[in-house]
Amino acid sequence: MADYAKPLPWPSPESQPFWDACKRHELMLPYCAACSEFFFYPRQFCPRCFSWDIEWRRCSGKGTLYTFAIQYRPQMPGFTPPYVTAIVQLEEGPRLMTNLIGIHPAPENIRCDMAVEVTWEDATDEITLPLFKPA
Amino acid sequence: MSIKNKVAIVGADETDHIGIVPNMTPIMMHAQAARNALRDAGISKSEVDAVFTCGVGGMATVQLCEYLGIVPKYLDSTMTGGSSFEVYVRHAAAAIAQGLCSVALITHGETGFSARNRRGPRGGGFMFDTSLPSAQFEAPFGVGGPPSNYAMAAMRHMHQYGTTSEQLAEIAVATRKWAQLNPRAMMRDPLTIDDVLSSRWIAYPFHIYDCCLVTDAGGAVVVVGADRARDFAKKPIWVLGAGESSTHQSLLGMDDVTRTPARYSGKAAFEMAGVTHDDIDVVEVYDSFTYTALVTLEELGFCEKGEGGPFVSNQRTAPGGDFPMNTNGGGLSYTHPGMYGMFILIEAVRQLRGDCGARQVPDARLALVNGTGGLLSATGTLILGRD
Repeated sequence: MADYAKPLPWPSPESQPFWDACKRHELMLPYCAACSEFFFYPRQFCPRCFSWDIEWRRCSGKGTLYTFAIQYRPQMPGFTPPYVTAIVQLEEGPRLMTNLIGIHPAPENIRCDMAVEVTWEDATDEITLPLFKPA
Repeated sequence: MSIKNKVAIVGADETDHIGIVPNMTPIMMHAQAARNALRDAGISKSEVDAVFTCGVGGMATVQLCEYLGIVPKYLDSTMTGGSSFEVYVRHAAAAIAQGLCSVALITHGETGFSARNRRGPRGGGFMFDTSLPSAQFEAPFGVGGPPSNYAMAAMRHMHQYGTTSEQLAEIAVATRKWAQLNPRAMMRDPLTIDDVLSSRWIAYPFHIYDCCLVTDAGGAVVVVGADRARDFAKKPIWVLGAGESSTHQSLLGMDDVTRTPARYSGKAAFEMAGVTHDDIDVVEVYDSFTYTALVTLEELGFCEKGEGGPFVSNQRTAPGGDFPMNTNGGGLSYTHPGMYGMFILIEAVRQLRGDCGARQVPDARLALVNGTGGLLSATGTLILGRD
């Protein structure tokens, strides 16, 4: 897949478990044992209480479309407009930035708070991206 | 110790030309704007002992001081994007009030338009620094830069509060009417709400007329202490209130994407100034997008949260309306080189001096300026007044 033209994430030491899980088509997010809550993006500590007692837990991949925009100009290399950028509210609490796919990208088709679920794009041998589609 | 009334802006000006200026680099614009602002104040460069700037390399103030030939006592390269210049006024006020310096020069210069055609690296910022979160969790999904992000914030606002495309268009049209009164504005053709609504999408829900210009421009202001403020050619414009804050870098860092930190910086500025919203005669708020201005009015408390759409309806912010806003024509129609906050500051000074000709707000005595930087990330609010 050397022809993948979009920007690829460079996993950092603190985010590697997230990307490793994506490769297995599992959505794993960091979880603060002290707050008993998930958070995102991955850090070595909880951004709420600053506890460093962090574990990784699997999420359902289900959520709602918190907000979105239809991009009519490529904002990054490799994207062919129109495409839908989205912020998904996971049922476990955190939000992810992603793309909404599996729907024609027109204003009348998409609404905030619609139900969505994760789907996987194997971009390269190393990187799989969590995208979302209507549930 | 409050910094209220401790300093005044005594010089404010722009580069000779703004708009499309292909024969200047950003640092050339900083220097020319600095010359013009110092000339406006009647202060020589040799008196400048404090410099505040960003956007000319990673050590911006150090770079600019070498270029201008200044050995400063006080340097500040705080970078909050388009709100940096409001933040600098506050920082300069604190430094001058403490006696750490006496003549502060704040500069800006960018070639947002012409840099597109210039060879060599153009920078990339947090979206492209692979060690930072945005590069991992946003750029791979085609999110990058202001339009893609502000559109998502606006979409949620429209969903949550019923804000409409027509209400956003009201701002574009009202701001264009101000531009038509300003000979230096880039976009002066008539514009209607229908024109806005029928224009092409940039990032739904934004039409092209919801988005600011991309231009070349520079500006500078000179700030001095109260002891010297009345020694110069122009009437001093006093810093009565000031606040700054940031709540996030990325939209993922916002609990509610319909908010901005102006609710903190604005509150601080009003409390310091000891004035009410009804006391403000003219409002200059950053309008990177129509939505930016709308949400800022809510966050500053000019209306209830979510009521920005009805508030700006019926051309309320246009010339002749009861809420004069963005009187130079704004980032939407006047100029917007990238970090536009310098130009709302200069326009507020010009309005308070009474220098605005056809677009002058009658008897403007108190102005509010609110810069917004990043992705609705960082704000600086100033309340300025004349004697």
